[in-house]
Amino acid sequence: MSDDALPGGERRQLAPPIDESGALGWMRKNLFSSWGNGITTVVLIVAVGWILSGFLDWAVFTANFTAASGTECRGGGACWALIREKWRYIFFGSFPYEQHWRPFFAVIAMLAMLITSADRRMWNWRLLVIWGVGSVITFLLMFGQIHIPLSLVLFIALAVGGVGLSLRKAIADTGEMNAYRVLAAIGFVGLALRIAGVLPAWSLAIAPLSYVETSLWGGIPVTIILATYGLAFAFPYGVLLALGRRSNLPLIKGLCVGFIELIRGVPLISLLIMASVMLPLFLPSGTTIDKFLRAQVAVVLFAGAYIAEVIRGGLQSLPKGQFEAADAMGLNYLQKTLLIILPQAIRVVIPPLINTFIGFFKDTSLVLIIGIFDFLNTANQALVDPNWAGFPAEVYLFAAFIYFIFCYSMSRYSKYLEVELNKGTRR
Amino acid sequence: MAAKAARDLSNVASVIELKSVNKWFGQFHVLSDINLDVKEGEKIVICGPSGSGKSTLIRCINRLEEHQAGDIIVDGVTLSNDVKNIEAIRREVGMVFQSFNLFPHLTILDNLTLAPIWVKKMPKKEAEEIAMSLLNRVRIPEQALKYPGQLSGGQQQRVAIARALCMRPKIMLFDEPTSALDPEMVKEVLDVMVELAGEGMTMMVVTHEMGFARAVADRVIFMDRGEIVEQNEPEAFFANPQNERTKLFLGQILHH
Repeated sequence: MSDDALPGGERRQLAPPIDESGALGWMRKNLFSSWGNGITTVVLIVAVGWILSGFLDWAVFTANFTAASGTECRGGGACWALIREKWRYIFFGSFPYEQHWRPFFAVIAMLAMLITSADRRMWNWRLLVIWGVGSVITFLLMFGQIHIPLSLVLFIALAVGGVGLSLRKAIADTGEMNAYRVLAAIGFVGLALRIAGVLPAWSLAIAPLSYVETSLWGGIPVTIILATYGLAFAFPYGVLLALGRRSNLPLIKGLCVGFIELIRGVPLISLLIMASVMLPLFLPSGTTIDKFLRAQVAVVLFAGAYIAEVIRGGLQSLPKGQFEAADAMGLNYLQKTLLIILPQAIRVVIPPLINTFIGFFKDTSLVLIIGIFDFLNTANQALVDPNWAGFPAEVYLFAAFIYFIFCYSMSRYSKYLEVELNKGTRR
Repeated sequence: MAAKAARDLSNVASVIELKSVNKWFGQFHVLSDINLDVKEGEKIVICGPSGSGKSTLIRCINRLEEHQAGDIIVDGVTLSNDVKNIEAIRREVGMVFQSFNLFPHLTILDNLTLAPIWVKKMPKKEAEEIAMSLLNRVRIPEQALKYPGQLSGGQQQRVAIARALCMRPKIMLFDEPTSALDPEMVKEVLDVMVELAGEGMTMMVVTHEMGFARAVADRVIFMDRGEIVEQNEPEAFFANPQNERTKLFLGQILHH
């Protein structure tokens, strides 16, 4: 049309079609676009409404929030009074009752640690500080006393010095490098003297509170500790397994493949039972490893094998050109892996990785099989009280709700991470 | 691209020497008895039909591919399985790939400074200065803080050239640098390469851009079935090819 032509000979830009906006427009378009669609909508709304009203009636309108015992509760709807009565046991298990503030603040410390380290801006040396401080607070509160052996301090000095020397060679100034050298030297000499028996087995005792052994731990702190430290150790371990599985060295490759297949081939429960029953048989008599620690190690081993396979998927998805470009620049294996390959591989596998994390968070509940009182187990134990017998639905629903909060947070975080890490990199 | 006068390179030292290099992919003899001497500052264009071994040849020079017989000497260092030698050679040899291979998770600036900082242990500030001056040279300084995915193909390839130059290499290898580009972007990349050639860089370029070969090359090498079939100065190579296979190939790529 001649109207479309502007004096300059340019074509007039046409307006887009009118948007079907507004609530009514949206509903007409999406819910009632045809007879079939309209009927489906109505049927589904009625069904959902019917189920929801039944549930709300039970859970809210006829529910009993205040009963003093199970018999008072009977006949009505949900007995939330049970949760009111038992919540401290469900959350903190057999931890000494008057000391419940300790696991409470331990949980707060761990949540603070997890939430702050979820922020991408913290992903540098700060992460080490956050986890160091968070872990010390958590375990100090849970145990009440921590004994730090001298050899551990020396080992940490050696490790920090060594890692600093090798990784920050290019960036650090002389002062920082000298600090690493001193740390590494102190650590090395000290450890050598300790092994040679010159230094005695000193340990630094921090003991502000009464000691509470792990067999008394229970509830939500146990679940969070098992999941947090299980995954925190399993992740780097899984990355190493995945890299090992792609190694050119047949021995390393074989070991990694063997380990992954072996662990993946057995149920977690059998691994837990092995850790709790069989492992002590192999240890020299007199030495004991804490049951909680054994369960923790079993979780790490198990999760590591799964994480390794997820990471391997990411490694395989990278184009060969990325490896070649890194090689052609003269980067060595460690630099290539840490700077080029892993950052990209892990980005690719964030959704399945978080999926694995969520799975393992829930799988920690299997430790009840070897008598560790995680959150689900304490919830279960709350039902044993004969005064309050007969309300499993309320307790399990409550436990499910708490698990859901954690898992849904992780799922949302996964979404955020995908967007955040792909900022600008997507075309 | 103006034609340039042929230079006399007979007195210049060799920086790359290939002596009866052989390589097989399984049963397939991909490089067969390759002998080649590249002088300092020499620009060599390698062409040939696909599968003729030209990419493999230049990839052997920085050990992205391993040759199985013969010797490759780069800048006085003989390539062997010794990692130290391989790393030494890779520091002196820059490479530009057909598919750019920029690191998508790093900004353009970080792509450029990565190798100087980690391989040459250069202070970050100095590396960034060099990177910015190189981005100026390839005419995209304003893209420094973007990510590779936000750039056009031609821009990405120019970044890749700058990234290789950041290591101050003695030798640059180009593996079909314009083959993955849209036609309108080929020129911007070739312009950068012509400029680089003018500065005296030693270059080995696998390409089918015969205009570039005419303008820049000291020598054009034609490869087929893993052999160097013919090599000559560009004028003579294009005007008067000797071998039947060369004639056939030139006929196919020049007349369509």
